[in-house]
Amino acid sequence: MSLRILVGVKRVIDYAVKIRVKPDKSGVITEGVKHSMNPFDEIAIEEAVRMKEKKIAKEIVAFSCGPAQCQETLRTALAMGADRGIHVEVAGPQYETLQPLHISKMLAKLAKDEQIDIIIVGKQAIDDDCNQTAQMTAALLDWPQATSASKIEAKDGSLQVVREIDGGLETIKVKLPTVVSADLRLNEPRYATLPNIMKAKKKPIKKLTPKDLGVDVSPRIQIVTVEEPPVRLAGAKVENVDMVVEKLKALGHA
Amino acid sequence: MVPGFVLRSLHNGRNGYLVFKRLYSWTEQSFPKITTHYTVHPREKDPRWEGVDMERAIDEVDVVIVGGGPAGMSAAIRLKQLAAQHEKEMRICVVEKAAEIGGHTLSGACLELGALNELIPDWKERGAPLHTPVTEDKFALLTEKHRVPLPIFPGMPMHNHGNMIVRLGHFVQWLGSQAEELGVEIYPGIAASEVLYHEDGSVKGIATNDVGIAKDGSPKDTFARGMELHAKCTIFAEGCHGHLAKRLYKKFNLRTECEPQTYAIGLKELWEIDPAKHHPGRIEHTVGWPLERTTYGGSFLYHVTDENKTPLVAMGLVIGLDYRNPFISPYKEFQRWKLHPSVKPILEGAKRIGYGARALNEGGLQSIPKLTFPGGCLVGCSPGFMNVPKIKGTHNAMKSAMLAAESIFDTIYSDVPQETVGINPVVYEERIRNSCVWKELQSVRNVRPSFSSSLGLYGGLLYTGLFYVVGRGKEPWTFTHHGADHRKLKPAAQCQAIDYPKPDGKITFDLLTSVALTGTNHEGDQPPHLTLMDDTIQVKQNLAVFDGPEGRFCPAGVYEYVPTEDGQSKKFQISAQNCIHCKTCDIKDPSQNINWVAPEGGGGPAYNGM
Repeated sequence: MSLRILVGVKRVIDYAVKIRVKPDKSGVITEGVKHSMNPFDEIAIEEAVRMKEKKIAKEIVAFSCGPAQCQETLRTALAMGADRGIHVEVAGPQYETLQPLHISKMLAKLAKDEQIDIIIVGKQAIDDDCNQTAQMTAALLDWPQATSASKIEAKDGSLQVVREIDGGLETIKVKLPTVVSADLRLNEPRYATLPNIMKAKKKPIKKLTPKDLGVDVSPRIQIVTVEEPPVRLAGAKVENVDMVVEKLKALGHA
Repeated sequence: MVPGFVLRSLHNGRNGYLVFKRLYSWTEQSFPKITTHYTVHPREKDPRWEGVDMERAIDEVDVVIVGGGPAGMSAAIRLKQLAAQHEKEMRICVVEKAAEIGGHTLSGACLELGALNELIPDWKERGAPLHTPVTEDKFALLTEKHRVPLPIFPGMPMHNHGNMIVRLGHFVQWLGSQAEELGVEIYPGIAASEVLYHEDGSVKGIATNDVGIAKDGSPKDTFARGMELHAKCTIFAEGCHGHLAKRLYKKFNLRTECEPQTYAIGLKELWEIDPAKHHPGRIEHTVGWPLERTTYGGSFLYHVTDENKTPLVAMGLVIGLDYRNPFISPYKEFQRWKLHPSVKPILEGAKRIGYGARALNEGGLQSIPKLTFPGGCLVGCSPGFMNVPKIKGTHNAMKSAMLAAESIFDTIYSDVPQETVGINPVVYEERIRNSCVWKELQSVRNVRPSFSSSLGLYGGLLYTGLFYVVGRGKEPWTFTHHGADHRKLKPAAQCQAIDYPKPDGKITFDLLTSVALTGTNHEGDQPPHLTLMDDTIQVKQNLAVFDGPEGRFCPAGVYEYVPTEDGQSKKFQISAQNCIHCKTCDIKDPSQNINWVAPEGGGGPAYNGM
């Protein structure tokens, strides 16, 4: 098999960093804040690279949409084993209203242009938690989808995927071409080691605009306000169940 | 249960041997295996590592620089400038353990512009993030309830006009972008973990950290060996108390003719305050409360801003690590200083947006080691050029790095035959001794030690007033620091515990909330990088004699003594993930049992313009 895989990687605020809301409540502070690749996308890249090592895939294209710094995220993907990168540059206020639907349209267009067999993305991004891109992309392309994948096996023109669902695990078979979204237990991503980081500098990153892909990124939503979650109030300890009921009644909850 | 008691004589203070006794009982549960790092348990003898491919990729460069701070970046820039000037091709690599350049940088900071003006004269046109010139200097003595202003005259170390208040992390980021423009290869997220040597004993370069080692020290599926960077000369710019520098001092006997380095810990917070209270360019320093007369230290409060005129205040407390009372918690001293009636009003209605801590050098001239050795040299705060009374070291760090770069360039391209394969830039030592850096350090060399007499703070202020301001540091004698900081701690039995106020969650905060604000994180499944030479010493000595000082001086809550499961005793617990790479533990551990080594690159704090 010599498939071509397209992997979407998103640059997000590092998960260990404390998020702060902008004083004007228009969004979250990103300037100077440590960013890294969305953890689920690291898993997606790792899965693609493993497929290439097993000779199931022959080329991996990494894709990211966002400001100029997305190139760093793409370089990490290249250092992990992707062959080339595509950066669609969207910055400033347009980036703040970018949604999974826009990304899905870009992925769909690229899948056709680059003759992609499998699209793998992380199941959700840790900043918006949407869990929509894979599903929308599949719908736009009219391709089958295997989301929340925790195991993937390639078998003659189709993939057997174990999905993590609410009730447990579901195993499905999807014909190629297909869209997959990676869940946490799919694999443990490799490190981007220095020799590979150095090699990645020589791998090409193509720069495109949304217009090149025929995608309109004008906002479909308007962000009204962004606020911190309310401060958690202190609780109170009581001695026994009767007192719990008493308190609930006193607070008007029962 | 195995009862045991400790009878130890640990101090050769001026009073001779102090002998004390403490009844303590411990069980087998008191000594779990903590350290699994290969620097303490070599992999060559470890059966789990049998058959693992330990070969490393190798790359040859001209100069490799360990550390991407002000010194490291300045050296890189200077080398590229010289290469361009003389039409030579040089491959310069900088390795930096922080995930992003500037991520581990923390300082006040007040920048003297001399070195920058020399390195990049058009820094303003190039967009250097220096937006806040100093407009006023204030100095005061604090008592518990009052603030006594002390006058500042030109010539005093506290006089700051002409300097810039800077968010050093952003400045370092900018230096990094300047270096990249010149073609320097910068690799953030990569820690230098080992020094490599030629057969003739000269430094060959460095090896970067291995990745994919599990917490128990065994190899994971993701194990990958670090890479070797070989260079004609290696510049070590690790900042205060670098871990590789520590090994180099031993290897090349660099500290035989100087005093041990002495240190302080600096804790810092960044606050966004009410614009009405903001005076950009105002610098305030205090001494006195909450520190005792015999504990060296003081506070800083700088009103800084950025291109958006954000009303920010960088504030903190610096405490000399030669403090004697093991019950001192530098973090809690810092928190309670904010409650002083002269400080608290500024913070009312304000928002804390950053916290961090770092050790800094206080040894000055007396503690500068030999700077060059076959194959490399030391620059910046690593050997230590900080001007302590001025609390400024960035300008000297940069200048030392520039001099080192020039010396390395001249040595590489000179016809003088080298004795070793790794070149030894010996002229660096001579050049820095003839430079403004040395003159400056010479004039302030007696200020810090003058605080160590029994007159404490007042002795220091008096001495500084007479001999630095009036005499310009020309007195013919040089005070000694009287030994390393870790020897200065008194046993707990001889000291009083301190009753610190509880955090109020608005002005003062608990430690773990503060640590969360540093953004620090490390891959959990790796050997703790705070390694103990002997896993039993913390309980047997540090806890028994000093009541566990590391639980108090670590500004990130890494160290705890927790009850054992059987409840009979206590065991030592390391939460390496919290570490913010300040190096205080390696410095102040009275048993010198803690050896800080670099964790997997990319881990550590995520400071933003600290």
